[in-house]
Amino acid sequence: MTDLPWLSILIAVPLVAGIACLFVNASAARWIALVATLADLAIGLLLWASYNPDGAQWQFVENMSLGGGIAWALGIDGIALVLILLSVFLMPICIGASWRAIERRVPEYMSAFLLMEALMIGVFAAQDLFLFYIFFEGGLIPMYLIIGIWGGAERIKASYKFFLYTLFGSVLMLIAMLYMVLEAGTSSIPALMAHDFPVEAQRWLWLAFFASFAVKMPMWPVHTWLPDAHVQAPTAGSVILAGVLLKMGGYGFIRFSLPMFPEGSAMFVPLVFILSGIAVVYTSLVALVQRDMKKLIAYSSVAHMAFVTFGLFAFNRQGIEGAMIVMLSHGLVSAALFLCVGVVYDRMHSREIDRYGGLANNMPGYALLFMLFTMAAVGLPGTSGFVGEFLALIGTYRLSTWAAIVATTGIILGAAYMLYLYWRIAFGAARTPEAASMRDLSAREWWLLAPIAAVVLWMGVYPESFLRPIRADVGRLLTRIERAAPEGDSRFAVVRSTAQPQAHAAEAAH
Amino acid sequence: MNAFAPILPELILTGAALVLMMVAAFTRSRGGGLVSWLAAAVLIGATAALIGAPSSAGSIFGGLLAADPFGAFGKALIFPAAAVAIIAAHGWFERGTEHEAEYSVLILFSAVGMAVMVSATNLITLYLGLELLSLSSYVLASYRRGDDRSAEAGLKYFILGSLASGILLYGISMLYGFTGTMDFAGLAEAFGRGAPSIGLLFGLVFLLSGIAFKISAVPFHMWTPDVYEGAPTPVTAFFASAPKVAAVLLATRTCIEALGPATDAWRQIVIFAALASIFLGAVAAYGQTNIKRLLAYSSINNVGFALIGLAAAGRSGASAVLFYMAVYVVMTLGAFLCVLRMRGADGEPLESVDSLAGLSQARPAFAAALALFMFSLAGIPPLFGFWPKLLVFNAAVDAGLVAVAVAGIVGTVVGAYYYLRIVKIMYFDEVPSPIVRTRQPVEGVLILLAALLVSPLGYLLIGPLGRLADRAAGSIF
Repeated sequence: MTDLPWLSILIAVPLVAGIACLFVNASAARWIALVATLADLAIGLLLWASYNPDGAQWQFVENMSLGGGIAWALGIDGIALVLILLSVFLMPICIGASWRAIERRVPEYMSAFLLMEALMIGVFAAQDLFLFYIFFEGGLIPMYLIIGIWGGAERIKASYKFFLYTLFGSVLMLIAMLYMVLEAGTSSIPALMAHDFPVEAQRWLWLAFFASFAVKMPMWPVHTWLPDAHVQAPTAGSVILAGVLLKMGGYGFIRFSLPMFPEGSAMFVPLVFILSGIAVVYTSLVALVQRDMKKLIAYSSVAHMAFVTFGLFAFNRQGIEGAMIVMLSHGLVSAALFLCVGVVYDRMHSREIDRYGGLANNMPGYALLFMLFTMAAVGLPGTSGFVGEFLALIGTYRLSTWAAIVATTGIILGAAYMLYLYWRIAFGAARTPEAASMRDLSAREWWLLAPIAAVVLWMGVYPESFLRPIRADVGRLLTRIERAAPEGDSRFAVVRSTAQPQAHAAEAAH
Repeated sequence: MNAFAPILPELILTGAALVLMMVAAFTRSRGGGLVSWLAAAVLIGATAALIGAPSSAGSIFGGLLAADPFGAFGKALIFPAAAVAIIAAHGWFERGTEHEAEYSVLILFSAVGMAVMVSATNLITLYLGLELLSLSSYVLASYRRGDDRSAEAGLKYFILGSLASGILLYGISMLYGFTGTMDFAGLAEAFGRGAPSIGLLFGLVFLLSGIAFKISAVPFHMWTPDVYEGAPTPVTAFFASAPKVAAVLLATRTCIEALGPATDAWRQIVIFAALASIFLGAVAAYGQTNIKRLLAYSSINNVGFALIGLAAAGRSGASAVLFYMAVYVVMTLGAFLCVLRMRGADGEPLESVDSLAGLSQARPAFAAALALFMFSLAGIPPLFGFWPKLLVFNAAVDAGLVAVAVAGIVGTVVGAYYYLRIVKIMYFDEVPSPIVRTRQPVEGVLILLAALLVSPLGYLLIGPLGRLADRAAGSIF
């Protein structure tokens, strides 16, 4: 199993298929894309099966120097593994969602998506700082094309905004990377994770990385590209944007900001908490008044990602594990919600909430699945959303009770805007005759949504499957950052050091 | 004979240029094709002749020239770029009405001038090389005599170029007057004797201003958009590639070898020119509707990044400059080869940016290649144009110029906009493309090669190209 360069294969399959797509007609391109993404899913599951959660930190390691200070170095730990799984799981669904919705320039479309997949996997698998940056930034090009060519009416503006915003965030990170490589003498990410940078420098390095990841995440106030990009992107574009691209920000915090600059991270906890607190409350309120379904879900993404930043910068096991589960859960749930919007959009070509209504009558299957995902977004126990948010809130509470109070309002507001959305769409009487005459889910759409629904429930009922691979890595991260961990204000509840293995909070989720 | 072995490439070029001029004179327009192909072959031959003494003999002719790896690296970029400019022109000029034979000869002469520029270790040889290039360039810019814009470009270039040469000469005379030597080593010694006198500083500033004109760095860039727009497109492709390499390498060698001890004096000038070029190149390109003008600003912008490597002043900085110029030449020639293919239904060359609209559907491969060059010029990974930018910023951070690196990298974001605009016009605007299909297999192959080089496959070259650049940069310290 380990003698083949599996991670390179995982990247190469969509890349080769993406190039092949350019030379064939629309129908062949669709099939090539589907087969390639399913093959990648199979390889991903194979990796999961053969990943040893108690083994070495980095597994499936490959290293080939390209000279000049950059190496084709790949390798994954549990955190990267679950995010790669999320990517390969969502990709076939994206292709399926575009099967009929995309009619123009299909070969280029499929090619852009496959290229996107290769770059996303590369981001999570890269073990060389510059290789990471190349994958991280490279993803801008296919997404720019996807939004710009196949997007809605305002697509041009949205594509520029997406590109320039994220580019601006990232270039500062590049300067920080150059400094780090000169300072530490290596561009290997595992080596840098163990390198202690001077505390004074950490502050600037942390801010430079923060600029990039905060835009990617996105955090308030640099989130404004997200609603535009989501609304204008085609359905599958929104799915991949919400499902995977936003996770790159959280992954960056776990992989770079926390282990490489523990003191810097600790210093800026108040900044992160304040921004996240504002994001939770403000974007939830904004979501409440949206008339456009996609925009509503986009704003809810910003609010949910704030739970991730709360959890990550809580400096304890519950917080970080919770943040990881929120990322996975949000990746699935927001992807599913965008697909649900896509389903009705394909029928009526409108995202206006006011034009729907009463869908529970004529689309019972759709209403059922939409209900499940709405509940998961709200964080109902039994769904993946609950596990992640609960753990993240425990973690936040242990560091700052005030932050936990603000964050918890997000759950209440989240329930408000999601249920309000669901009520307006699914219940009552149809507001337009077109809405009343829409047909229920087709077999293809069932195939797209049912797997996500199954995983959402699985993660909600037995999160251990997803926590097991990351537990050891979160432990390593905690031993790395505990020296800088800020004092919590809730010590009456927990007096022991955070690094000791302790009864796992995930149990509470059952 | 051995004394001349180190300048074998220059001898080949000079001899061939003289012979081909005779051939051109006697065959008239019939010999155009023959002369073009022969000239291109001679340039490739001269590149091959760089191996051996021309890249390793060291200082020759009493310190007038240096046959070192640095010069050889430059020539290995300049000669093939000049060859591409000849091949590109061959299919472009209308047959019979223009003497394309003389065009090739002029390119050969300018190649000799550029070869002298990158090897010069004496202010007089520096000036001679520069003037040989410039005089050929003035004629090339006005090559389409019947075209008003071309004549205007040639005249503008000549007047402003002469002014710049005058400034350069004035600087040289100051330096000579205050040090008593024209030799780079002697100048370095004079500058090394402590804080430079006012006279030396004046000489340094004038010298650098004259060179900045040739690089078209801000604030001496004003001629660039006009000349690039007016000159025939193959000539523009030539101006944007080989002479840029020669001028940037000349600046590097002069700053390091002759003015090395006065680094503090010239560093601030170079930093200003670099940042001003980056930002002006980026901002001024926004409103351009002519693709040649736009690429002119793109070249100003790109030269700014190369100058950041020079500002770093160390070995890694010089190496980054060389690496940058190598990739820059490929990207620029690729982009211009694409522009050369833009022809309307009546066979007339198209130059407006808007005429690219709808290209991705009419000519997907062409559009993809141009998009690759645009993303690469913008420095967006995973394209290869990203790596040289990373190297120059790395050198700047290494030299402690973090603020300069941050400012420069913010400039890449500003500049990204107009490169994206071209991609947007080609890919997002859905109108019938006015560009017709042309049959130019050689140019097609060249575009394909350039596209492969700037694609992520280029990263495989980091090792070997980096070693060559390091070795070349090491030879001027």
